[in-house]
Amino acid sequence: MKYEMVAGFETHIELGTKTKIFCGCTTEFGGEPNTHCCPVCIGLPGTLPKLNKQVVKYAIMAGLATNCKIANVSKMDRKNYCYPDLPKAYQISQYDMPLCEGGYVQLSNGRKIRLTRIHIEEDAGKLIHERGDTYVDYNRGGVPLIEIVSEPDIRSVDEAREYVEKLQQVMRYIGISDCKMQEGSMRCDVNISVRPVGSEEFGTRTEIKNMNSITYIAKAMEYEFERQVDLIESGGKVIQETLRYDDATNTTSPMRGKEDAHDYRYFREPDLVTISVTDEEIEEIRSSLPELPESKRERYVTELGIPETDAQLLTKYRKISEFFDEACKDVKNPKTVANFIIGQIFRTLVTESDKEEFNIKITPAQLSELVKILESGKIRNNLAKSALDKMLESGKNATEYISESDMAGLDDNALAELCKQAVESNPNAVADFKGGKEKALKSLVGFVMKNSRGKADPTAAEAKIKEIIG
Amino acid sequence: MGTISRLSEMLASKQISCTELTKKYLEEIEKANKSLNAYVAVTEEQALQTAKVVDEKIAQGKKLSPLEGIPMTLKDNISTKGIETTCCSKILTGYKPIYNATVWDILKKQNAVLLGKTNMDEFAMGSSCETSCFGGATNPHNTEHCAGGSSGGVASAVGGNIAAYGLGSDTGGSIRQPASFCGIVGLKPTYGAVSRYGLIAYASSFDQIGPIATSVEDAALVYDAISLYDEKDSTSRGNVNGSTFDTLNNDIKGMKIGIAREYLDGVRDDVKNAILEAAKVYEGMGAEIVYFDLPALKYALPVYYILACAEASSNLGRYDGIRYGYKTEHYESIHEMMCKTRSEGFGKEVQRRILLGTYVLSAGYYDAYYKKAQNLRGAIVKAFDNAFESCDVILAPTVPMTAFKMGHAVSDPIETYLTDICTVPINIAGLPAVSIPCGFNANGMPIGMQLIGNKFKEAQILNAAYKYQQSQPDKFKATKWGVQL
Repeated sequence: MKYEMVAGFETHIELGTKTKIFCGCTTEFGGEPNTHCCPVCIGLPGTLPKLNKQVVKYAIMAGLATNCKIANVSKMDRKNYCYPDLPKAYQISQYDMPLCEGGYVQLSNGRKIRLTRIHIEEDAGKLIHERGDTYVDYNRGGVPLIEIVSEPDIRSVDEAREYVEKLQQVMRYIGISDCKMQEGSMRCDVNISVRPVGSEEFGTRTEIKNMNSITYIAKAMEYEFERQVDLIESGGKVIQETLRYDDATNTTSPMRGKEDAHDYRYFREPDLVTISVTDEEIEEIRSSLPELPESKRERYVTELGIPETDAQLLTKYRKISEFFDEACKDVKNPKTVANFIIGQIFRTLVTESDKEEFNIKITPAQLSELVKILESGKIRNNLAKSALDKMLESGKNATEYISESDMAGLDDNALAELCKQAVESNPNAVADFKGGKEKALKSLVGFVMKNSRGKADPTAAEAKIKEIIG
Repeated sequence: MGTISRLSEMLASKQISCTELTKKYLEEIEKANKSLNAYVAVTEEQALQTAKVVDEKIAQGKKLSPLEGIPMTLKDNISTKGIETTCCSKILTGYKPIYNATVWDILKKQNAVLLGKTNMDEFAMGSSCETSCFGGATNPHNTEHCAGGSSGGVASAVGGNIAAYGLGSDTGGSIRQPASFCGIVGLKPTYGAVSRYGLIAYASSFDQIGPIATSVEDAALVYDAISLYDEKDSTSRGNVNGSTFDTLNNDIKGMKIGIAREYLDGVRDDVKNAILEAAKVYEGMGAEIVYFDLPALKYALPVYYILACAEASSNLGRYDGIRYGYKTEHYESIHEMMCKTRSEGFGKEVQRRILLGTYVLSAGYYDAYYKKAQNLRGAIVKAFDNAFESCDVILAPTVPMTAFKMGHAVSDPIETYLTDICTVPINIAGLPAVSIPCGFNANGMPIGMQLIGNKFKEAQILNAAYKYQQSQPDKFKATKWGVQL
């Protein structure tokens, strides 16, 4: 029997606010243990939380960017569980009245992964195990999180990968999180089950907790899919349980401890008041959002005539697309700009994070100037390319590397003179050509091109050389 | 004139220095506390330091603010930086907060002289002060009786004149009931009027800090000082209607004073008669007495005990022995450490309420208990809203009886819960209420009555209370204890 995968994601994203969700402590990653703390975020008796308004705004931005409906009225709840990394023994979260509900993320295959909800909550501290002792670092405690819960709409590892990448891309675009999985600012819990292809019913699911790499998510899902299928095929039953993925062995195993089935005894957080957001405030936030990657990509393809794959590359990171948008102003053919970015600028950006940061020496206006010179027909493409390479190294303008004479073109006399030189100083090539080697002509043209600093028209040069050689 | 104003005048006119005054209180604490057990910690050094600062100010001819240099006390659940704050629970043994509660910040800035921290029922759970890990405070009118609870230590200290005033907290009557038992004045402000920041939580949606004093004007003075908006407490609004002190002596002619019939049911006769007598006093002053029904009152006790315990079960989860306070000595695992720490650190009443609260929030019971209680809370709020359409203030007994004998309350917890019937509805509805003495029973134990107001109408209830006090000074009888100036 053939089986299909059914998966849903719970994604935690740390918000990039300056301060924590309920106090004024910094959210900066790292730092000496327990130095980003105050009485509130270590839950000392008598302290009270104070909701950071920026957190609400960021969560609304996340909701709007993923097509959610924003609740005018929501509230905070307490999720009670006892664990040393949670100093109040409850996490302030949202239970039955989340800030955002009912959105979706659209995949490239056209399928929509529906989002059940997005809510805000506080992160817990971190346990550090060293030499048989356990220490707690509360620096992360109280860092604001959003939890994005999807419906079980994911059907393959590829879809899962794209879903996570899309979320990451959108959240970075709107600037609410750096979504660095390796630093834990984006973490996924994967709910996964299998069912025979064609079946409408869901199988029993397991939950793989705390995945912090897309590669591991893919591997863990593949493993877990196989495990569940094997289990069913051999007459067994999948047990609903929480699993941990071990990347060393590439296996999943049941978790023990706090993540076991829990009664969280949710109830309304009495220390915080109702969160009210007016339609006007929501609209204000909506209008402040940047153009999202999906709509940019579409616009590049349909309006600017950029090929789909190039459009994807250009929209992958917000800084690239913003540079592109800026550089395209007043140029005739945006494709030229795209080619320079993808062909030459990308070559100087080795890693993905280089691309994301897009820290280059020239401004969009400088690239735009170069493209305009090229489009004026005064210089040839190869000169423009070499000028761009130099510009990327020095940060100087195109005109530094393209002289007046470069742009003045080459008159017939000068071309004739250069061709004459080519013939005179390359007797071997001339002999070869005369001997029937067509290729030898190319090296003579090359001589002309080089000595004209690329200004010569190769076709005209070829004709002239032939004429001289006779 | 109230104690605070009188002492303030003595300081200003240099009849006594602040240091002398403070020493006098400290000496009397030394003598009386053996019997009253009101203080669980005396902060002599800090008190004398502050007194010195005040004396310097007086010497420089500077004007004192109303509470400046006045010796006072704080209930032991109000956080005081560097001063042990235990909630009279073994589990907080040795816990010294690293920050001040907002109310203490306010008073400290005014150079209030903190004499020490006072006794209370453990985590404010109790009605006799006897669930304290230090044993209960006794009643200055008769030390065979308890001071009441949970703010029993403050009431005992103020009633015993070993503090000019004090701050208590009131979750279900914990300011008013001991004030009533000790024959003094206790104000439970509107929920949100006084910042809760730094008050170690029992039940967050009920808790409110307020003054306990020997006179209405003292209570008003202290209330006016501490009822400031605090951005650290999201539920804080401050005193939205301005000074209560200035309007104490307003004419109450035409004021409509309501009496809910249900409030007199099951109340002991001597208490009931004292309330009816007080109503007559008010009629004599030109107020109008209006009787009305408040059937929702019968739900108040279950609603209170379900919701307060639910919140408590969550609030007290943080005491696990890991970061501060008591930790068990012998353990093999972290789980065992937490279990033993809590079993040894929490007293019986606290454990009972944590278990009760955990139960009502548990899956399968939530709807039947917590949710239903939440709905009924709404009904009670509405019932009071309606009541205030036909009257300005409500007159009611504070407690259906007078102070229990020591040991009585702990022997029958359920019966003791029932004695909270008059006070808990006010916390459920978040209303302000002041308890003032209104007579004595045959054994000379004080009887108290409450004046309940609509939200943020502290000025109105204190006005009515002050008028009563002025016409019935013999009801406000000082005890033999403490500083007699």
